[in-house]
Amino acid sequence: MNSKGSLQSSSSELDLDRPNIEDYLPSGVAIQQEPRGKLRLHDLLDISPTLSEAAGAIVDDSFTRCFKSNPPEPWNWNIYLFPLWCFGVFIRYLIIFPTRVLVLTIGWIIFLSSFIPVHLLLKGHDKLRRSIERSLVEMMCSFFVASWTGVVKYHGPRPSRRPKQVFVANHTSMIDFIILEQMTAFAVIMQKHPGWVGLLQSTILESVGCIWFNRSEAKDREIVARKLREHVLGADNNPLLIFPEGTCVNNHYTVMFKKGAFELGCTVCPVAIKYNKIFVDAFWNSRKQSFTTHLLQLMTSWAVVCDVWYLEPQNLKPGETAIEFAERVRDIISHRAGLKKVPWDGYLKYSRPSPKHRERKQQNFAESVLRRLEEK
Amino acid sequence: MGNTSSMLTQYDIEEVQQHCNHAFTQQEIVSLYERFCQLDRNNCGFIPSDEFLSIPEFAVNPLSQSLLRMLDGFNFKEFIAFLSAFSPRATLQNKIEFIFKVYDTDCNGKVSFDDILTVLRDLTGQYMSEDQRKEVLAQVLEEAGYTKDSFLVLSDFMKVLKQLISSITCCTGILKFHFGKYVIRQVILGNSDLKMEAEVPVD
Repeated sequence: MNSKGSLQSSSSELDLDRPNIEDYLPSGVAIQQEPRGKLRLHDLLDISPTLSEAAGAIVDDSFTRCFKSNPPEPWNWNIYLFPLWCFGVFIRYLIIFPTRVLVLTIGWIIFLSSFIPVHLLLKGHDKLRRSIERSLVEMMCSFFVASWTGVVKYHGPRPSRRPKQVFVANHTSMIDFIILEQMTAFAVIMQKHPGWVGLLQSTILESVGCIWFNRSEAKDREIVARKLREHVLGADNNPLLIFPEGTCVNNHYTVMFKKGAFELGCTVCPVAIKYNKIFVDAFWNSRKQSFTTHLLQLMTSWAVVCDVWYLEPQNLKPGETAIEFAERVRDIISHRAGLKKVPWDGYLKYSRPSPKHRERKQQNFAESVLRRLEEK
Repeated sequence: MGNTSSMLTQYDIEEVQQHCNHAFTQQEIVSLYERFCQLDRNNCGFIPSDEFLSIPEFAVNPLSQSLLRMLDGFNFKEFIAFLSAFSPRATLQNKIEFIFKVYDTDCNGKVSFDDILTVLRDLTGQYMSEDQRKEVLAQVLEEAGYTKDSFLVLSDFMKVLKQLISSITCCTGILKFHFGKYVIRQVILGNSDLKMEAEVPVD
């Protein structure tokens, strides 16, 4: 069955990550019952249902909700508490923050001073080099987590390294990756970032087997799909981690899961990540802030509190399509992390929805007009 | 961010309320203001059409282009006035006026055969040919006592659409489509009522 799965996925290589919203739209929309009777002028002029839908979307829509940063709980201004609050700011910015910068710097020094020699000197001993690099990356991620006093609770068994399995998690911020990485060196599939993050991606993270792509490059999709399949077959490769949403969501919702991770013919291990917002909102709103400001925001807060659940591994059931499988895993993650599911494709942040949806609405209307015209 | 609501004083809100004939409560105006600021990402005081189109649920609407033409460059007060037709407190008159404005693209107070045809084209797309549309439209206009060359004014719209209200033939069913606090009301059995409402979520 597995070989069959990989055959199928090679044929559908091109539409890996293609938006396929119609499979996710709630069936409720389709229930609309057809008006009956002879067509009259007022039936044509009455455009109120369409208008209400449009106005409803202007007033509030489920898509933008997914990417809205949550405003911090308003501080209850009170003359007695105000000095305390000032004291808190003082501690956070002038004591905790410099300490954390120091911790991070020490981490970098230790990391670089051992990573570079290991990387350059142990060229012949691939296995040894890989395992040292792996632990070094894990250690560096622990330094990062320490730099925002990450209080992370891991539930469930720690992932092991074995072929033919892929981990999928919901995505809130790049720090998801750091939090997961400090426990197990995952190889991750991620968008190529500009700036210093991009530099890290192409140098250090390359060594743990991470795969980078550009969301907008159609050509990259093929390459990534091929690399993915090669990667999962290697026994000694780091376990693969995919964020199938393809974009950061604010940890209240889950958007559509891209089916790519689910057609590799592997066991899928869901990971649910839920942040506690009591000190800081861990959602990285990439439209509003750079990753550096996001990190600074985390480093000046009291702590980042979060729960990570490693959930029951799932396999494709007989007769199940990749999309159904993706949806089932999304159910499991959403349920565990207490997130609401929405039908939208997260890539709509970067592109417009396809005209298909509009065309379907037009088709419904046209058909009803034509049918009612014939009725006498 | 976060503090956007506190930027509106009660005076501001009352002024906006007067502008929209009290179609919205103060709470609703605060919510809509937050929404307005969220869509007006560059703080330019109006919402660029690009931003509206980035809402998928709006972008897939067949009438989105016509509505965008109406919404173009609106400031907050005009934005509220635009939406007031969808308030449950808006009168039937308000709602029909709004529909009229969608048809009356050149704002001359008259709706011609071509105006209706334009909207019908948006609504049916490629699923009806231009000839079919013309034929259908000519036929229903004639049956209602107009001709191809007649211009419909607001009072005609009132008359025609009020027939819709009086000719309640089947039962009304309202589908509530829950999405968090987000509810669209849709009429699922036609010929019943002019239900044109959008609920404003109030925190």
